[in-house]
Amino acid sequence: MRRIKTRRFLITAAITILCYLLQCTLFPYLTLASVKPNLLLIITASYGFMRGAKDGMLVGFFSGLLVDIQFGELLGFYALIYLLIGYFNGLFHQMYYDEDIKLPLVLIAGSELSYGLIIYFFLFMLRSEFHFLHYLSHIIIPELIYTIVVTLGLYPLILFINHRLEAEEKRSASKFV
Amino acid sequence: MKKKKQTSNLNKYLFIALSALCIMLMVLSVFYEKTGGPFKVAANVTVIPMQQGINQLGAFLVDVSENFGTLKQAHAENKKLQEQIDELLMQNNTLQEEKYELERLKELYKLDQNYAEYEKVGAHVIGKDSGNWFSTFTIDKGSLQGIEVDMNVIAGNGLVGIVTKTGPTWSTVRSIIDDSSNVSGMVLSTSDKCIVRGDLSLINEGRLRFEQMENNDNPVDVGEQIVTSHISDKYVQGILIGYVSEVQVDSNNLTRSGYITPVVNFKNLQEVLIITKTKAQMTGTEEPAQE
Repeated sequence: MRRIKTRRFLITAAITILCYLLQCTLFPYLTLASVKPNLLLIITASYGFMRGAKDGMLVGFFSGLLVDIQFGELLGFYALIYLLIGYFNGLFHQMYYDEDIKLPLVLIAGSELSYGLIIYFFLFMLRSEFHFLHYLSHIIIPELIYTIVVTLGLYPLILFINHRLEAEEKRSASKFV
Repeated sequence: MKKKKQTSNLNKYLFIALSALCIMLMVLSVFYEKTGGPFKVAANVTVIPMQQGINQLGAFLVDVSENFGTLKQAHAENKKLQEQIDELLMQNNTLQEEKYELERLKELYKLDQNYAEYEKVGAHVIGKDSGNWFSTFTIDKGSLQGIEVDMNVIAGNGLVGIVTKTGPTWSTVRSIIDDSSNVSGMVLSTSDKCIVRGDLSLINEGRLRFEQMENNDNPVDVGEQIVTSHISDKYVQGILIGYVSEVQVDSNNLTRSGYITPVVNFKNLQEVLIITKTKAQMTGTEEPAQE
């Protein structure tokens, strides 16, 4: 059982780091209208509703921390935002079931929108940049759409990995009994 | 049911604990610059080597695809470049003459600070900002290689940005097109000062704004060069920022503002040069000697 747990931990960590690396090396070259999707948000939100608040929070916290270390001005700022996203998606864990793709899409879109609004509010509006509609139409909405499109590809992958791990966990649990 | 409640309580505690940790980190990093230290080292052993690896792989692939580019194109280009060389040689001669004249005049004015020869080191860009809001990027040299915060970063012959953070073998650079970037610049021909601001809404067009240029009799035309000014305390003097592409008088009739086309192509930045002396070091050692 313990081995399975460490394995899950390692795989989750690997997914997080891989997404972070892709986010800052490959995706800057795949921008559309100079906007790139937010992979870290996708995995944070998906772990939130797929595995519950705890996993969502941890994935969110560490991916946010990575962003903070390399690009953030204030250590802990992005960590807190992603932590919140993980937690609030975790609240929907009970409503979630595998076959349904609508709820994940709605949740990820909602997280993306609130992420954009939070960033705008704290990092732009407080510096007295008030062209909200411009930022909304040029950054927040395009990023949301692009992220949703990428979700359609990335989410089934995360789901598949999760299924495999869960099946293994079940098997070892029944063996144990 | 009871178990479920326990886990949700546990989640709440974890949520509160991690949030508190984040807020504590934020407060700490405001007051102590060293807070990020351990995290930077952690990044140094985890994600940075991987970023470098991916970057090398990408560079290799680009190399391979470029090698397939037709030889014909190279020949045509060669011919064109040869013509350009001839033309430039002519220009160079006249410039040489002017340079001697300038040197004489400089000696006359005892202006022996030669800003053209800053010492630089090269670095590769290994990662770009993960979000869409800011234009920062990571390079593969850090404090172990002598990089310090506030060092200027250039590419080709234009200003790219400034180092804002250093880890052991990596640093983060904020480019001048970043929304929070402000550079004190001046018009090369007339020495009129202005503030060059990055603007997120102009990033798509690849332009910068300049503001607060005195509305005096000196004409500023489209195509005029804007360089970093001598009054900036972070940017060393005389680095080309870009060319004026639009200029207008503000409604207050006292200042002028407009747009600049930067000389650096920020979209495909792969290698940059870092000037290994900050402005503070230069002025700190030179100013007392002059007084």
